[in-house]
This record gives sequence, structure tokens and C-alpha cells, in this order.
Amino acid sequence: MNGTQSAHSHRDYTGSKIGMWLFLFTEFFLFFGPILLYSIFRFRYPQAFIEASRALDTGVGVFNTVLLLTSSLTMALAITAMQKNKKGLTLILLGATVLAGAVFLVNKYFEWGAKISHGVYPGGEALAGNTDGGAIFYGLYFFATGLHGIHVLAGMCIIIVAALMVHEGRINSKDFVKLENSGLYWHLVDVIWIYLFPIFYLIR
Amino acid sequence: MARAGITEGSYLSAEPGRGWLSSWLLTTDHKRIGILYLFSILSFFSVGVVFGFLMRLELIARGPTIMEAATYNSFFTLHGVIMLFLFLIPVVPAVFGNFLLPIMIGARDVAFPRLNLLSWYFYMAGAALAITTLIIGPADTGWTFYAPYSLRTGTSASLAVFAVFVLGISSILTGINFVTTVHRLRAPGMTWFRLPLFVWATYATAWIQIIATPILGVNLLLVIAERLFGIGVFDPAKGGDPILYQHLFWIYSHPAVYIMVLPAMGAVSEIVPVFARRVIFGYKAIAYSSIGIAALGSLVWGHHMFVSGYSYTAAVYFSLFTFFVAIPSAIKVYNWVGSLYKGSIVMDTPFYYALAFIFLFSIGGLSGLILGALSVNVHLHDTYFVVAHFHYIKFGGAAFGFFAALHYWFPKISGRMYNRRVANWALLFLFSGFNTLFFPMFVLGFEGMPRRYFDYLPQYADLQHLSIVGSWILVAALFTMIGNLVVAAYRGKIAPANPWGARTLEWQIPSPPPKENFEQIPEVTRGPYDFREGV
Repeated sequence: MNGTQSAHSHRDYTGSKIGMWLFLFTEFFLFFGPILLYSIFRFRYPQAFIEASRALDTGVGVFNTVLLLTSSLTMALAITAMQKNKKGLTLILLGATVLAGAVFLVNKYFEWGAKISHGVYPGGEALAGNTDGGAIFYGLYFFATGLHGIHVLAGMCIIIVAALMVHEGRINSKDFVKLENSGLYWHLVDVIWIYLFPIFYLIR
Repeated sequence: MARAGITEGSYLSAEPGRGWLSSWLLTTDHKRIGILYLFSILSFFSVGVVFGFLMRLELIARGPTIMEAATYNSFFTLHGVIMLFLFLIPVVPAVFGNFLLPIMIGARDVAFPRLNLLSWYFYMAGAALAITTLIIGPADTGWTFYAPYSLRTGTSASLAVFAVFVLGISSILTGINFVTTVHRLRAPGMTWFRLPLFVWATYATAWIQIIATPILGVNLLLVIAERLFGIGVFDPAKGGDPILYQHLFWIYSHPAVYIMVLPAMGAVSEIVPVFARRVIFGYKAIAYSSIGIAALGSLVWGHHMFVSGYSYTAAVYFSLFTFFVAIPSAIKVYNWVGSLYKGSIVMDTPFYYALAFIFLFSIGGLSGLILGALSVNVHLHDTYFVVAHFHYIKFGGAAFGFFAALHYWFPKISGRMYNRRVANWALLFLFSGFNTLFFPMFVLGFEGMPRRYFDYLPQYADLQHLSIVGSWILVAALFTMIGNLVVAAYRGKIAPANPWGARTLEWQIPSPPPKENFEQIPEVTRGPYDFREGV
């Protein structure tokens, strides 16, 4: 049936999805490391972790969470719009998604900046000589949110590339698996934040 | 061109509209990518051999001879990093998995051909970074990068760690590609239990690559973050815990042992039935034991840490599971040997290599059980016994499996036959050199010689010298073996399409294989080891 089909023009919707999901698993496992370390150190230094967590601004965290969740909605809507062949609407929704990601990173910048200006960063004066777990909390906080920030940035780049492909018509209402996979990646970035937000901001 | 005759229409023939260089560096053909890997991996293997050879030579007399202690530390680090991450982890999946997996399942290519090429570039980038550390000051931490020393050493450990991270990306992408390929691109009639066992092994390996590598990846990122910013998680001075590094490291690196050896086992599972001319004994048992090794192998990492002072309960558990993992490995060995029973055995070069694999792997596996016993481990931990054990598994197992695969599939890949007499003699010297090199280490370890020392007490001198002589024989044999294949690639006799009389799909197409493997995707109606006439 596919005997005469060339390997390079071969297009396999399910195959692309399988590949993307496997890749997302590896990303989950990547964040499994810091989350595992967090659990162990939280068990070891419960009091210091609660105190360190109190110093984080829950308001900013909540705002960022809402922002990312909304961006996942616009991403999902963009895919539906593409399936219905509404190219203009797709591009607007993708733009909104990237914008939300950018605002998230700006918030993160100010949040980190405030902490760093108070000397609360690995090697900073506020944590110098701290061995009761406070330094570990912020070490993990900066590592995990930093790694997540890099993923937000990567996700934004992926969506921008996908938007360009929509614009050129290489992603269209017949062949939209690349857009769906970009969406999956963006949802992954969102889901990871859903884990990071409570463990650093909420559990006190 | 003398070669034009046999390569015409094959994957080796020129691609229209492309120069020679771009036809290789921009190829998305899984066979050409396999060849790219073969040449790059063999180059790094030779570098690794040189380091190992010089380390042995340093021990020819007590005290500093050809290098200082610090240089020796860098050498065993580089030897480990190169041999594990640049040679053993990628070698069989990336070379033979790439070349053969699509053909064996009756596909024209892997699921993601461009991603496949990208994996090779990640591999080369990682390799380039690892080689760069060689120039700017190689790391001296050992290939395990144990904290807290790796956090403090002044050598370029960050770059070496990042090199391994990049190599991990390459490994993950290859794994994703193979799993998707096996699920999506099997030819009509190619059911799961008609898959050649090499495909099963590569498939199980691909899952370990996907599941375990990210843990190593993030662990390495944590080491880099520790070195650059001092985040403190592995640093006792900040309330961190270096034992956690060991846990996260071995969660990957123990399964990685199976990443190295499983595909080699898969190759042996192909060779044994072909030369016994009978269906393999216990097909399903071998297939499931690959998955069993992958699963159990992920639960035994703690046996590297018995003397680290972690929980005794955990140690008992890890010891128990270490014994369990011997079961699927032994299932394979018994089935290979069982396949010879009442076979009509044809003694030929690939089969000799496969037998050497089975013998050496068995010694390696059994010595692993000795190390897995808690009390004995305290005595043998970090001695030459461990060095001997893992070289029997990794060199005697994985690398000999690779050599067996190389001699088995060489006529398919190049379209030419090598000189089998030379190959047999090379194997004899390889085998005796290997045992002369590594068997004395079992004894040295039992007598208390610690690993990674560049000096030793006088009572160890005799066995050290014996071992060094073994390294000379081994290197000479490697030269002969690879030289024989290089000569054959240019001047060998033209090989028929199916010189061994095998039944798997790759032998049913011309040698070297045509560009898209099959004119017509085959309809599979029988198992891979069905040697009945007329089937």
C-alpha cells in the first residue's frame, strides 16, 4: 500500500505525536531531579524551608500562574482555529501566547532582581554561612525556576517559528501536527510551572 | 573507479546534485548516518585505547615513569569519558541500530530522518567539547564526576560535564527515533514476535535512553550550577549532601551499563541462530529478558554506593535486586548456548567473535554477583577487582559484541568480504590479550590493589607486569583486526548478498543495500530464524 512512497515525503501523524510525547517524558524527568532534591531537603530542613518560602511573594507567583494558564488556553484555541482554517485568528492567538510568555519572564526578572538586590542568591551575603537549609532552598529555587525560564524562552521561540510556518502556509488546516506539537511543548512548560509554583510558594 | 561496480545504485553511490562532502554531512539516509557514526566512534575509540595503553604503561615500574600522578588522573578521567560516552553508549545502537533497524523491520528509513542527522551533530558537538578539555586542561575527577571533589577541582570539569550533557541529548534523540520507528514503520506482517532479536534489544535500549538519560542530564546541570553559582545542594558546607549526587548519577549510569551491553547482546542473538542453522532457542524469553534487564537494571543503582554510608536497609534492597538482574542475563546466556544444541553449526568468523562474547560476558556477569554481595563488596570496593569486572562486561561484553556485529554485518555494509583467516587470528590474540590484561586484575583486587592509583606496592609488581604485557597484545590485535577490515573495504572480494545464509530481511536485499532499502516494502510471512527449506 505504501510500497512506492518515498521515505522522505513520508508523513505520519501518529508517529510525530509519539515522538513528541516521548520527548516530553524526557523533559519531565529532567525536572524530576530538582523536585526530588527539593523533597529530600524539605524533609531534612522543614523549618528553614517554611521560613525561606515565606519570603517569596505569593502575589507575583499567582499572577504568573494565571498568566501561563491563560497562555495555554490561547495556545489550544490557536490549534482549533488552525483546524478550522482561520489563519488570521491563529496568528493572533499565537501572538497572545508569546506575549504572555514574555510578561511571565519580565515578572520573573523583577522577582529575581528583588531577591538578588537583598543578597538572597547562591553566594549572596544574606545566605553566607547558612547551613540550616535556607541556602539550599534558594539554590533549588533559582535552579528550578531558572531551568523553567529557559524552557519558557525555548517554548516562545518554538511558537514564533510555528507562527512563521502558519504565515507561509507550511502549517495549514490539513497538516497541523507541527502546531499541535508546539502546543504540547507549551503545555509542558505550563504543567512544570504548576508543580514548581506550589512547592516553592504555597507549601508553608 | 573500481568500487563503482558494486556500489552502483547502492546507498554508497553518489547523490545527484550533491558534492561528495555534502552527500555525507547533509544526508538523512539512516545507512549513511550509521557510517558517519562508525567512523567518528572508531576514531574516538582509538583515542581512548591510547589513554588506556599509556595508563598501563605508566605502571611498568613503581613511582613516576612516563607521567606524573596528576597526568595519570586526567588520563583515567578521559579514558572513562571517551570509552563510555563516546564509544560504548552510542556504538552499537548508533552504528548498527541506525544501519540495520529500519531494514530489519522492512522500512525505508527511521521515523525522523532529519532528527537522526541532528543526533549525529549533537554527538560530534559533545565529542568536540570533550576533546577541547583535553587541550585547555583535562578534568581529573574520574568519569563519575563525584561531588564534592568535582565542585572544587581547578581543572575544566564544567566543560567536561557539559560535553557529557550534550552527548546525552544525542542519545535521547536517537532513543526517541528508534522507539517511534519500531512502533510505526514495521512492514505488513512484521508482528512484534517476528522482529529480529536485535530489534528487540535496540528497542529496550532506546527506552532506557529515554527514561534514564534526562536524570543524568539534570544532575550534570546541577554540577555546573554548583561550580558556577554555588547553589549548595551537593555541598556539605552549605547544608547540601554529596551522597545525593551519587544517587542521581547512578540512577542513570547503572542503566547505562545496559544501554551499552543490551544492543551487543542483540547482535549476538542474531549471529548465534544463523551459524547454528536453527531457530533460536527461547525467542520470547530472550525478547522479554531484554525488557526485564531494562526494567530491573533501573532499580539496582545503589550497589555502586555500598560503602558510602547510606541506609543499610536500602543497601540490602539494592543487593537483592542486583542478584535479580542476573536472572534475565542468565536467561540470555542459556538460550544462546541452548540454541547450539542439535544445530548444524557452521564455524565462521562472526560466530567465533560471538562465542568470545558469551564467554567473557559470563565471567563479567558472575564477578558482578561477587561484588553485589554486601559483605564481600566492603573488601573489594574501589579495588582492581571492580576494574576487572566492568572491563569484562564493557570490553569483553559490549565491545566484543560490537566486534562480532562488525564482522557479521561488514559484507552487508561494504559489499565486500574481509580476510577471515586474519580476522580469526586477530580474535585469538584479542581474546588472549584481553584475558592477560584483565584477569590478573581480579587477583590484584582481591589482594587489595586500589583502583585509580598511579603507583603500587612491590608485592603487586608481577601481576601488574603481566597485565601490561596483555595490553600490548591487545593493542596489536586491535590494529590487526581493524586494519584487516580497512583493507577489505577497499580490496576485499565482492561479497554475495547473503554470505552467511541468514534469514532476516537485511540479507534478502543486495549488498551494499540500495538507497531506499526495498524496491517494494516486503510482506513478512515468517519468523526471523526460520531456516526450513523453501519457506
